[in-house]
Amino acid sequence: MIGLEHFLTLAAMLFVLSIAGIIINRRNLILLLMCVELMLLAVNFNFIAFSRHLGDETGQIFVFFILTVAAAEAAIGLAILVVLFRNRRSIAVQELNTLKG
Amino acid sequence: MFQSIMFYTFALIMLGAATGVVFSRNPVHAVMFLVLTFFQSAVLWLMAEAEFLAIVLVLVYVGAVMVLFLFVVMMLDVNIEAAKRGLTRYAPFGIGIALLMVVQLMQLIWSRGHGFAGTGGFAATPEGYSNTKALGAVLYTEHVYAFEIAAVILLLAIVAAITLTMRKRPGIKVQNIAEQVAVRAKDRIRVVKMDAEKRQ
Amino acid sequence: MYGYYLTIVLAPLAAAIIAGLAGRRIGRAGSHWVTIIGVGLSFVLSSLVLKNMFWGGAEAENIHVYTWAVTDGLRMEVGFLVDRLTALMMLVVTFVSLMVHIYTIGYMREDPGYQRFFSYIALFTFSMLMLVMSNNFLQLFFGWEAVGLVSYLLIGFWFKKETAIFANLKAFLVNRVGDFGFILGIAGIVTITGSLDYAEVFASAESIAAQNIEVFPGTPWNAMTVICILLFIGAMGKSAQAPLHVWLPDSMEGPTPISALIHAATMVTAGIYMVARMSPLFELSTAALGFVIIIGAVTAFFMGLLGIVQNDIKRVVAYSTLSQLGYMTVALGASAYSAAIFHLMTHAFFKALLFLAAGSVIIALHHEQDIRKMGGIRKYMPITYWTALVGSLALIGFPGSSGFFSKDLLIEAVKESHWHQGPTVGDQITYWIAYLSVLLGVFVTALYSFRMFFLVFHGKERMDAETKSHLHETSAVVTVPLILLAIPAALIGWFTVGPVLFENYFGDAIFVSENQDVIGHMAAAWHGSMALLMHTVRTPVFWLAASGVFSAWFLYLKRPDIPQAIQSKMSGIYTLLDRKYYFDDLWIKGFAAGGRSFGQFLYQRGDQMIIDGILVDGTAKTVGRLAGVMRQIQTGYLYTYAFAMIIGLTALLGWLVWLR
Repeated sequence: MIGLEHFLTLAAMLFVLSIAGIIINRRNLILLLMCVELMLLAVNFNFIAFSRHLGDETGQIFVFFILTVAAAEAAIGLAILVVLFRNRRSIAVQELNTLKG
Repeated sequence: MFQSIMFYTFALIMLGAATGVVFSRNPVHAVMFLVLTFFQSAVLWLMAEAEFLAIVLVLVYVGAVMVLFLFVVMMLDVNIEAAKRGLTRYAPFGIGIALLMVVQLMQLIWSRGHGFAGTGGFAATPEGYSNTKALGAVLYTEHVYAFEIAAVILLLAIVAAITLTMRKRPGIKVQNIAEQVAVRAKDRIRVVKMDAEKRQ
Repeated sequence: MYGYYLTIVLAPLAAAIIAGLAGRRIGRAGSHWVTIIGVGLSFVLSSLVLKNMFWGGAEAENIHVYTWAVTDGLRMEVGFLVDRLTALMMLVVTFVSLMVHIYTIGYMREDPGYQRFFSYIALFTFSMLMLVMSNNFLQLFFGWEAVGLVSYLLIGFWFKKETAIFANLKAFLVNRVGDFGFILGIAGIVTITGSLDYAEVFASAESIAAQNIEVFPGTPWNAMTVICILLFIGAMGKSAQAPLHVWLPDSMEGPTPISALIHAATMVTAGIYMVARMSPLFELSTAALGFVIIIGAVTAFFMGLLGIVQNDIKRVVAYSTLSQLGYMTVALGASAYSAAIFHLMTHAFFKALLFLAAGSVIIALHHEQDIRKMGGIRKYMPITYWTALVGSLALIGFPGSSGFFSKDLLIEAVKESHWHQGPTVGDQITYWIAYLSVLLGVFVTALYSFRMFFLVFHGKERMDAETKSHLHETSAVVTVPLILLAIPAALIGWFTVGPVLFENYFGDAIFVSENQDVIGHMAAAWHGSMALLMHTVRTPVFWLAASGVFSAWFLYLKRPDIPQAIQSKMSGIYTLLDRKYYFDDLWIKGFAAGGRSFGQFLYQRGDQMIIDGILVDGTAKTVGRLAGVMRQIQTGYLYTYAFAMIIGLTALLGWLVWLR
């Protein structure tokens, strides 16, 4: 039977994959954003699995809000990206080091 | 049994698509892989009887957010080769970290003693259970304030995105309708009285 | 009388403020008029106060004026204690001050700092009055420091003169040494009695004497002895007793009126006055009195010797001041407080007179102070000559002059003192040191006084022709104060000796314990001024003074070659005297230079190396270096931070899975 642990394992793999993506694609801001989306998806998997396991809808409410916030985040993140590109003609992460100490 | 086959099939496709997101050289391909990942996870959520969220994921995420991504990726003239340089250099490192974390997470999930390993399937839902109805009943009663706040956050995202990307371009000619309507004849023409010219 | 006292104190202060702050607006004449009126008012009112005390039989008054602060039960107040001792001091201070004010008009005529000078001397009068009229230790200390401050300002009045700046700094620093002892003494009194008020402290004098203090652990000392010696160290600074005398001769760098006012007549007597005022405390400690008398004796004799080798006219007078202050201190140590105060009074008149006469000579010779370049001035400046003669005779104790009565009786008091009757060997040694010092001091005094007198006014005219052609008597503003001072210098002793010394004038103001009451003892044998005058030829004092004058005449007028011969034969002693017993070297090269090099050491090693180099800069450098290392981590790249988060997450998971 497919149960909680299968879903959790799948979510874990998805999460780890997205982390590997962040490390590997460290030069590309768009891909970083996508990897973050993947991570959130993995988290959502966990919430749904536990909600189902415990028979409590609150977990799914959480997913709902996470989707909302993720949508807002994607919108704002992409807007920032666009402005960045407009100002510097590039979105290369290695050029963004004004935070350097 | 059938359910298991379905689960593993969809799970494998999803992981493959996610791998594609991470490793694809072209950002457009990456977005397309991401769309596929979301589709597969929607299917898996359906299997977990979270129908409402599965549909929302497809509609909102694939329909709106992913299109936005695609739009931005296509709009920006990104130098793909430059962005992808160094991929192989960090790949071993990323994979090493990923493997380490997989081991940790697997141990966390599958080791007995944590309380949920090997529970064997979800309990069946009661007869006549509607996921959408149940969610709505909770969302609009217990979590109504959070719901309102989420609405405000979305509004904020709209405002923020517009504010960030809107720019004034000097030198663009636009019509001012109100000014055009409010104009008077004497503002436009000037009647000049002058003597007739003499013949030369 | 309350209004009188306030006016006496505040009139000079107001005059000083007006002359000091508005000096440019009211002009030179305005500033000398305002200060003379202020001080004159004080003088007139002080005379009235004294008259009420002397003939009116007015009682001593202890007036509380103002409570400045109360902290932890300790009241800090401003108040006046006006008894007979105070009244006498007030009159002396205001009279000499008034004379000096008038004299200054002539002496400082061409000085650009005219208004400033008048402001300072009026301020000085205020400070001195605050000191003598105080009824508590705090106000005493205020006056004490204020006169020190004004003295500093006035010694360095010609602040462009290198030596004057050195002298005023020296005076200030040496006085600090004394004041340190003084304030420790006051602190001791406050610690034991918890009060600053004279009356309360004197009332509990017995209980102080009954206590012991362990200044060094394990050696209990009598509290009264410790306090009195500390207070007397303050007096040593202010009244220039050895070894804190070094500032007084150097203070002659200041203008002459100041030498007369501050360094002869008033400020330097503050120490004498203070000890007399504290007689209820000093009487209870024989050890402290012994200390006082020895210091006084050493000062009286050895400082007089230095006067013989000095060539600067003012310095000779300065050393005679030191010597006379030593006499007063000896009288204090012999419990003859009233004799000390009496000598203080007569000395104030004749020493101010001598200084002003010296100043008159200096003006006439266009600020020449070397007596080797004077001589024969007698016929050019008759008034100055006669007044200087009066002053010199009073100084050596010529029979009938004021100095005669005070000094003769002072020596008599030392002879009769309880030290002479003392049973122990120590008492006898103390007695002989004191008695021989004051007795031989008479000869020395006569010698140096008349050496200066003869060299200046008699003999060959050694000044250059240019100066001689301008030589004439000084103007009336100079000579009038000389005459006005010469009168009391000559006569005041005759009239006041009986009432002040023997008819219990001071009453309760001065306390002398039964078995040490030498003046009371002498009063029994007192038969009036005339009898004393008749008796004088039979005392050694007269003959010593006479032989001193004769020696001066013989050595410096008749046979001027003899001193030269002595000087070359006994060059060792001469050098010792010329270098002032090396006290200057002790203070300047010893303590001052030692302090400087110690400070240099602390500054270079302690401050620059340890505090600055290691603690301050070192801390900053360490932080900077650590930050430099940390900064390598802060690349500013997004992926570095993301990577750090991932590493952290992995570590957290590892801890959760494997270690818990």
